[in-house]
Amino acid sequence: MLDPNIIKDDELEVLLADVSSLYGYDFTQYSRASLKRRLNRICVIDKFTSFAELRYTLIHHPEYLQRFIEEITVNVTEMFRDPFFYKALREKVFPQLGTYPFIRIWLAGCATGEEAYSIAILLKEANLYNRSLIYATDINPGVLEKARKGIFPISQMKQYSENYILSGGAADFSQYYTANYDMVKFHADLKEKMIFSTHNLVSDSSFNEFQLIICRNVLIYFDKELQNKVFKLFDDSLDNFGFLALGAKETIRFSNLENRYKQVMTEKIWKKIK
Amino acid sequence: MLKATEILLIGGSAGSLTVLLKVLPQLNNDISFPIIIILHRKPHPDSILNTLLSNYTDLEVCEAEDKMTLKSKCIYVVPPDYHLLFEDKHMVSLDSSEKLNYSRPSIDVTFQSAAEVFQENAVALLLSGANADGVEGLQYIKQNNGFTVVQDPETAEVDYMPRQAILQVKIDHVLRPDQMAGFVNRLYK
Repeated sequence: MLDPNIIKDDELEVLLADVSSLYGYDFTQYSRASLKRRLNRICVIDKFTSFAELRYTLIHHPEYLQRFIEEITVNVTEMFRDPFFYKALREKVFPQLGTYPFIRIWLAGCATGEEAYSIAILLKEANLYNRSLIYATDINPGVLEKARKGIFPISQMKQYSENYILSGGAADFSQYYTANYDMVKFHADLKEKMIFSTHNLVSDSSFNEFQLIICRNVLIYFDKELQNKVFKLFDDSLDNFGFLALGAKETIRFSNLENRYKQVMTEKIWKKIK
Repeated sequence: MLKATEILLIGGSAGSLTVLLKVLPQLNNDISFPIIIILHRKPHPDSILNTLLSNYTDLEVCEAEDKMTLKSKCIYVVPPDYHLLFEDKHMVSLDSSEKLNYSRPSIDVTFQSAAEVFQENAVALLLSGANADGVEGLQYIKQNNGFTVVQDPETAEVDYMPRQAILQVKIDHVLRPDQMAGFVNRLYK
């Protein structure tokens, strides 16, 4: 079902101004087309019949903010999405990361954590997990809570298992989780080296130096200017010769980073060279 | 009857590729608007669809990229596993949110976005297919005074998609594949 057009363009701007002035969350550089879809979607799901109703709730019920932000941002993710990307990580990136005594990985916009567990599995299989730390961050505290639990629907496991094999995984994927009714729980040892924290790419600064930054299908929701700002943040947070990994349809081409990074094969992975 | 066309959207699923391969070679190379193609297909990074299509037309064929500026005389194919949205009449965004009608890209999503942005200047064509993705999108196109066209179900390899459209939406034209290029070539500004 498509969502009706409840929120008009100018009303969207009013809501963004409210959220910014009342709560300090700045969405003004997010892509409007997606925001508009998400706002209309939340009106349908939470049964707001008008802009005024949504605005009233947002202003007078601060506890609604968390849900609002979770719904207007996109948290769709899966394990080993684009298996060939993970294959490239295994074969081209991890051997180089292995030369570091300690490996810090930043997963920016980790949503409900499927990527974090995928990376943990990859690191384990490369015997690098013991000297790695995965910093998994997201703007939404609610999704981080889910990520921490590591519990996902069993209905997804067939797809994830296929993805895992295509990524070069040779083990039995089901060894990484325990099934219970219609859910599976990934084993606790996979999250030993995960640190979950809120981080807003719009307003928060660099917090460490990393050998690998992964940020997939996040930048498509930003306008060009914000994309460039985030590229700078990543650049400032990457070790010399560190790697930056983006989504299948994202690129550093046309950005300020273009001349100082070298693409790793055809995948959306770049190595910082100067 | 027809307003100035600023965008042509073509959506299709099972059985639509053969139609495109028939229509594309007959398109004039001086059309005055961009063409967006939304086809259901399996997500695969090295999609050969663009290469295939470009062998059948003189028009430039490329994969739609995030925040890309659209040019007329150009055919844009929506990449697998992403929805395509319009920021305005010139710029598109990709979106990896939930599938709609089990599909990403979803024809409905792009048709709706185009309907809001282009209003009466949008033309949408729905081809052969086995599910109803695109039908609601055509409704939005019509509501915003755009122009709706479907493939004649009698000529469709899988007729569910065009049939549902005819049942549920006011359709301006029902065309056989051999009539489609002529229709598009007449959509001048």
